Amino acid sequence: MLKDLFAKKRKYATIPSDRMKQEVPEGLMTKCPECKSIMTTKELNKAHKVCVSCDHHFRMTAQERIQLIIDQGTFREINQDMKTENPLDFPDYLDRIDKDRAKTGMNEAVMTGHGEVEGNPIVFAVMDAHFRMGSMGSVVGEKITRAIEAATEERKPFIIFTASGGARMQEGILSLMQMAKTSVALRRHHEAGLLFISVMTHPTTGGVSASFASVGDYNFAEPKALIGFAGRRIIEQTIRQELPEDFQTAEFLLKHGQLDAVVHRKKMKATLANVLDIHKGGEE
Amino acid sequence: MVGELEFERPAKELRDKIAELKSFMDEKGIDLSDEVERLEERLAKVEKEVYGKMTPWDRVQVARHPERPTTLDYISMLFTDFLELHGDRLYGDDEAIVGGIAKFHGKPVTVIGHQRGKDTKENLRRNFGMPHPEGYRKALRLMKQAEKFNRPVVCLLDTKGAYPGMSAEERGQSEAIARNLVEMAGLTVPLVCIIIGEGASGGALAIGVGNHVHMLENSWYSVISPEGAAALLWKDSGQAKRAADTMKITAPDLNEMGIIDKMIPEVEGGAHRDVKKQAEYIEEALQKSLDELSEMSEEELVAHRYEKYKKIGQYTFENDSIGVK
Ligand SMILES: [Zn+2]
Repeated sequence: MLKDLFAKKRKYATIPSDRMKQEVPEGLMTKCPECKSIMTTKELNKAHKVCVSCDHHFRMTAQERIQLIIDQGTFREINQDMKTENPLDFPDYLDRIDKDRAKTGMNEAVMTGHGEVEGNPIVFAVMDAHFRMGSMGSVVGEKITRAIEAATEERKPFIIFTASGGARMQEGILSLMQMAKTSVALRRHHEAGLLFISVMTHPTTGGVSASFASVGDYNFAEPKALIGFAGRRIIEQTIRQELPEDFQTAEFLLKHGQLDAVVHRKKMKATLANVLDIHKGGEE
Repeated sequence: MVGELEFERPAKELRDKIAELKSFMDEKGIDLSDEVERLEERLAKVEKEVYGKMTPWDRVQVARHPERPTTLDYISMLFTDFLELHGDRLYGDDEAIVGGIAKFHGKPVTVIGHQRGKDTKENLRRNFGMPHPEGYRKALRLMKQAEKFNRPVVCLLDTKGAYPGMSAEERGQSEAIARNLVEMAGLTVPLVCIIIGEGASGGALAIGVGNHVHMLENSWYSVISPEGAAALLWKDSGQAKRAADTMKITAPDLNEMGIIDKMIPEVEGGAHRDVKKQAEYIEEALQKSLDELSEMSEEELVAHRYEKYKKIGQYTFENDSIGVK
C-alpha cells in the first residue's frame, strides 16, 4: 500500500517528464555531440541516452538515472523538503537556486532515497549536474550525509551516482566542510562493515571527486566521464604544457589504478546487482 | 623590518622616522630623546589603529608574508626530540608536507604539516607547500602509526592548495585527499589541527579533520583562494580583495560562525614580528586541547569528531515537498 502511494506520487519515475523533453532541445531528433550522427529522440531515450552509433553517454537527469537503476515502484525519496539558505548573502544566489528547482523538479543538486536494485534494498543518492553544476553546498552535503546515516541505521548498502563540478562557491567554507561531514558519516557506515559503491558520472571533479566519490569499496565510472581534482585549464596553466586528450577521463583513471571498472550504462544496473548479490553472502 | 605591507604604511613611516632620528642622535651626539619618545608614543597609537582594524585582505597579506613562520619553525619551538620521517612507502617523499615524531611537554606526539619555502630555492624544493598525493599519503601513514602507538596527532595547515598538476592527477590526488578525510574521521587518537597561514580548499582539509581546529588570528581558511573565488564568481581574479571580504575566510569570521574551535591571538602586526612569542600562544592553545582530548576514550574521540562535523551546514525545511507534478 505504502509503496503504491509513493510510486504514484513520483510519476516521473515511470513516464517521461516535461524535463526530459527539455533535455533534448531538437524535439524529435537529436544530434550526437561526439559523432554528429542524428537519431530520433525516442530512439535515444530508449537507449538510456547513449548514442546508438558511437556509445557517447549523454548526461542524465537524476530522475532518469533512478528510472534506469531502481526497480520500478520501489523508490522512496527522503529529505526532498530541505531548503537552501544564503549564508554569505550572495545577491541572486537564491534566485538561481529557485530557477534550478523549477527547471529540474528537485530541491537541490542531489536526490536521495531508498529503493531496490533487482530486489536488493539499498539507500542511494543521485547527483544531478543540471542543478548548479551539481555543486555541493550545505543541502547537498546534508542530504548525502542523511542518506548514508539511513543506510548505516538500516544496515543497507549505500550507492552514490556522482555528477558535480565540486564545492559550491556561494556557501564558502560551509561547502568545504560538507566534504568532512560526508566523510565522518561514511566512516560510520564503513565501521559497521557495510557496502559503499561509488559510480562516477560526467563530470565528477573538485571537492566531490576529493571526498566520497573516490572512496567507494567499489569505484565505477561511466565511459568517457570527466573525473579529476583540478580543472584542466588550471593544470595547463600550472605546468605550461598541453594535456593528453584522454586526460581525466574514466579510461585514464582506470589506466592509472583509480577505478575498479568503467561500466557501460546499459550494463550498470546488472553490474550493481552483481556486486550487491555477492555481498549478500551467496546463500542462494 | 623586512617586507612591510601596504596597510602598515603609516606605522612604517613612523618607524623609519624614529630610526632616522636615533641614528642622527648617535652620529651627531645631539639629544633628541624627547622627540623620539613623542614619536614612539604616536607609533604605539598608530600601530593599535593599523593592526586593530585589519580588513580580511590585510590578514591575507599577513598570512602570505614571506617571513611568516612555517611548520618547521613552529616545530622547532613547540616540540623537543623531533625526528622527521619521510616517504609514503608507495611512491616517494613529498617535501611539501613534513612529519615526524616528537615530544610536547615531555609527551610523545606525531606532528605533520604543510611546508612551504621562504625563498625561491626552498619553494621549488617544497613545491610552494602544495602537496602531491604522496604527501597526503605520507601524512596518513604517520597518522596510522600514531594511532598504533597511541599518541596524539598535531597537524599544522599552511597551503595554497593541493598541487594542480598532471602527475598529481595520475597518482590520484582526489583519492589521496578523500582517503585522508575518512581515515581522520575514524582515528582513535586525539587530532588537533591548527591553521598557521593559508588554508585553501581540500588541499588543506586533507590534514584538517580534527577534534579541535584552531586558527591563528591572521591566517585564512576557505573553500578556494580569494583569487580563485574571484575568478569563478566574477570572472576576474583581480577582485580577490572583494572575495576576501565576501567569503568569510578569516579567523574572526570563522570563529563567529563556529567553524573553528579557537582563534589563537597573533603578535601585533603578525606572527613574523615575534615568532617566539607566537609559538608561546600556540603552545598554550595546544596544551589546553591535548589536556581536554586526552580525557576521552577512543570511542569518544571518534564520536566527538562525528558530532563536530555533523553539525556544520546551513539549511531549512519546508512543509510541502516541491516540484513534483
Ligand atoms: Zn555518437
